[in-house]
Amino acid sequence: MVDFRMPSLGADMEAGTLIEWLVKPGDIVKRGDIVAVVETQKGAIEIETFQPGQIEQILVGLNSKVPVGTPLARIRAEGEAPAAPPPAAPPAPPAAAPPPVAVPPPIMPAPPTAIPTAPPLVAPAAVPARPRISPAARRLAETRGIDLRALSGSGPGGAIVYADVALALAKPAAPTAAPERKRAPALDLDAMRVAIAAAMARSKREIPHYYLSHQVDVTPCEHWLAAKNAYLPPDNRLLMGALTIKATALAARRFPAFNGFYRDGKLETSKAVHLGVAIAIRGGGLASPALHDTDQLPLDELMNRMRDLVARTRAGRIRSSELADATLTVSSLGERGVEALYGIIYPPQVAIVGFGKVVARPWVVDGAIGPRSILTMTLSADHRVSDGHGGALFLAEIGKLLEDPDKL
Amino acid sequence: MTDAEIRKLLQEELNNIAPEVDMANLDPAADLREAMDIDSMDFLNFITAVHHRLGIDIPEIDYPKLITLDGATKYLATALAKKG
Repeated sequence: MVDFRMPSLGADMEAGTLIEWLVKPGDIVKRGDIVAVVETQKGAIEIETFQPGQIEQILVGLNSKVPVGTPLARIRAEGEAPAAPPPAAPPAPPAAAPPPVAVPPPIMPAPPTAIPTAPPLVAPAAVPARPRISPAARRLAETRGIDLRALSGSGPGGAIVYADVALALAKPAAPTAAPERKRAPALDLDAMRVAIAAAMARSKREIPHYYLSHQVDVTPCEHWLAAKNAYLPPDNRLLMGALTIKATALAARRFPAFNGFYRDGKLETSKAVHLGVAIAIRGGGLASPALHDTDQLPLDELMNRMRDLVARTRAGRIRSSELADATLTVSSLGERGVEALYGIIYPPQVAIVGFGKVVARPWVVDGAIGPRSILTMTLSADHRVSDGHGGALFLAEIGKLLEDPDKL
Repeated sequence: MTDAEIRKLLQEELNNIAPEVDMANLDPAADLREAMDIDSMDFLNFITAVHHRLGIDIPEIDYPKLITLDGATKYLATALAKKG
């Protein structure tokens, strides 16, 4: 039997609130399946399991706030016999999941570290129960901008199911549906600001940053993108960001001192390259979820994944592995703003690469001055684990890779 | 499709990207990226959505013509007329 625990989704996270179970006892789960949604300072995070097997028991009810490390459910590994006969429940009809609120109160272990402010467990009964919403219904509502609070559910126990949302969509928009659409309720920008403040203050307190910058001529990248995108429908078009991210990932593979974590006083390099992509959120939020195995992704796949990641992050649907796994962060200003950006390292990572806005500048090419598109790249790195010499080689490597986009 | 209908469709799609922007107060001649604080990914999503709703091919080279609400309305009206 394996406990599925409240994960730590960042050094600053102490507790999370369970807001949705996507499984019920008896369900079979695979590695990577999303089993629950937890609300944290960073928004609602979809939690994946790394343990395949069968859900034996749900231990924490909806709306319970529990410390990191608390067992949330028990998973029986494949081939393992049930530990004890399940509490003599009548064979529940599969559609009607037993409401998790009815489970015994969770066993509360001491918080893993001495956190004096570990918030007390919120008694499930003390909180007005949120309506249960099936994941499919939630997704449909989000993509079509339907306010779930305005719906009544026809599912088991009044749960809002897909059909309820579909029905709401079919109705002609009532005049009352016109007022301003609300941001996804999952995003609490004030809480996100607190999380950013904690992580960045810790970074500036603990990490001796050094900074390097380098300018590259990305005119070849622009021509390459224009030629490629000319034949593609908008769904498949690439952005400069896909090239800079891929180039950074390839360079990170060659310079492991910038890809990994600083833990217990030393560098832990990572074999995998999971670039964290800094994503600005309207209204003043920022998150940098991981694009898994960035170095392995062909550009079109990388671009698809990036679009998906940006959309989900802005809708407040990041997955737990995406929050915890980033090995190196990339922050890009895109088409607007200014020429250079010097990032602050997201602990426990050891570097962050910044890309400014591409600008037209006079540039010497083959002995003659001409207008070229210039991109300023920067590296902020942790001086405890690397030096300016290595940093310069790493940054120059990214620049070299951008000279030949065909090879990305 | 009338110009007013095209404009309404564009406003809907822009509001999907930036729900908090009041379209009634948006200067139709302003650069959308500046006026609405949208980035290149947002703009690509906007173009993609318009492409799907109107069935009009919008090559990347024409993006500068769609950078204002007035410009985009005019561009799409012309394209729809050509399409017949």
